[in-house]
Amino acid sequence: MARAQSPRRTALMTLAAWSVALIIFFPVLWMILTSFKTETSAVAMPPEFLSADWTLDNYVEVWARSDYPRFFWNSVVISVGSTLLGLVIAVPAAWAMAFVPGNKTKDLLMWMLSTKMMPAVAVMIPLYLLFLKLGLIDTKIGLVIALMLMNLPIIIWMLYTYFKEIPAEILEAARMDGAGLWNEIVHVLTPMAIPGIASTMLLNVILAWNEAFWTIILTTTKAAPLSAFIASLSAPQGLFYAKLSAASAMAIMPILILGWFSQKQLVRGLTFGAVK
Amino acid sequence: MSTHSSRLAARLMVAPSVALLLVWMIVPLAMTLYYSFRLYRLISPERAGWTGFTNYVWFFQSPDFWLAMLNTLALVGGVLVITVVLGILIALLIDQPVKGQGVLRILVIAPFFVMPPVAASILENLFMHPQNGLFAAVSMGLGTQPILFLQDYPMWSVIGIVSWEWLPFSTLILLTALQSLSSEQLEAAEMDGAGAFSRFRYIILPHATRAITVVILIQTIFLLGIFGEIYTTTQGGPGSASTTLPYLIFKQAIVAKDIGRAAAGGIIAVILANVVAYFLMRGIGRHLDA
Repeated sequence: MARAQSPRRTALMTLAAWSVALIIFFPVLWMILTSFKTETSAVAMPPEFLSADWTLDNYVEVWARSDYPRFFWNSVVISVGSTLLGLVIAVPAAWAMAFVPGNKTKDLLMWMLSTKMMPAVAVMIPLYLLFLKLGLIDTKIGLVIALMLMNLPIIIWMLYTYFKEIPAEILEAARMDGAGLWNEIVHVLTPMAIPGIASTMLLNVILAWNEAFWTIILTTTKAAPLSAFIASLSAPQGLFYAKLSAASAMAIMPILILGWFSQKQLVRGLTFGAVK
Repeated sequence: MSTHSSRLAARLMVAPSVALLLVWMIVPLAMTLYYSFRLYRLISPERAGWTGFTNYVWFFQSPDFWLAMLNTLALVGGVLVITVVLGILIALLIDQPVKGQGVLRILVIAPFFVMPPVAASILENLFMHPQNGLFAAVSMGLGTQPILFLQDYPMWSVIGIVSWEWLPFSTLILLTALQSLSSEQLEAAEMDGAGAFSRFRYIILPHATRAITVVILIQTIFLLGIFGEIYTTTQGGPGSASTTLPYLIFKQAIVAKDIGRAAAGGIIAVILANVVAYFLMRGIGRHLDA
């Protein structure tokens, strides 16, 4: 709803909007600045902005010490793995519900969404005990399965809203031309569905990367991803602000970049298509 | 286009998802229900047996439970009010013809992508820390005592942290809704002499109702399960001052190692979630086009 207004008003509004945006972004900015300071400079009072001692040591040290690369790799495997596994299971389901809807499809979708509302703490104990019995505690495959199941309803819903927008006439035309089900999927549907699948994938990698309940409960050290690692750092261990900031910056950077690319899809995806 | 064979194929394609979600829901739920009526402590596993409703009674008689309920309500309600009200204001501001709107959006959305433990530990240490935090520096600059956030205002601190994480979400969704509003309508209203407030009250707000509903519904789902932020910062304390229902159950299971009690708490949480879900689904069903 952009409307013409006086240059003075525009300048004023620009100033106000930028101030608000910078306030919201400030904690991230401050964290990044702190990550480049020495530990003494990081806790200096009054805080140092430009006069700080700048250094890259924190990154070097965090990466070299404390198994950081392993936590990072675990995050990658768990978030990408759970998303891919989820897609393999969800794509056929969403496809079928979007193109061959029955009279129970809407109820089924609603039921799937309602499983998201099951409080995680309520299933924590059985899942913990089951995982213990199956030897899945502190394994990457265990977390891949848990996070896949947790996000499956969202994956199905997102795919469903994207698939719904593919016009059914195209499928009918293909069918008239004698295309079989397989050909229909490979040559007609897949090319049209790829953007939807890609944004579903992006959003779910983000959700899985940032997940901080199951990752904390179901891991100890071996399979712990970054979210569990940072949570365990919480108790202040002496002078560690700069290193905490460096570890945090590296933990959020990949997702921040992915997220900035996906903000349009984010709105659609997280509102299940209700806001576009 | 639903021939008999394609219908069968469709069923087969949906089946794995349905089966998985059914198992994911029913098996743990049945087990939790079973344990909730059992005496089962990991410290003394040999003393096991049926205890009827003892575990449930413990919860309802425990002051911690009622405090946890109150805290859960405060967290969900507080964050919803803050994020929706500020979200509308910020969305209205960014929606103005301002310079660099693309960069603005990128700055505003950033906190949403910060994982909960990072958000919590950055705000806890770099900002709220009574000696080294930025807020303490501001207090000292003003000549006042630093505020002991986590100690004196633990629940407010958690609400603050979670609000910072979720404000981008509500802002972005409300902004998307505002941008689909036609400028002709607003201009017409302006020509008819409608002031800024009545334009907001009678045109913008009704247009954004659907988006606001969706924000409330979806945030509630996520806010009811908030865990990582509390685990990273207050650990539910001091005492039980910032213990929410999920965190209370977690403490019963992991700290007290009382599986029976934790399971009873889990069942109570499920019942509460169902009450909330009932209203959410009714609301959401009207706004989602399935």
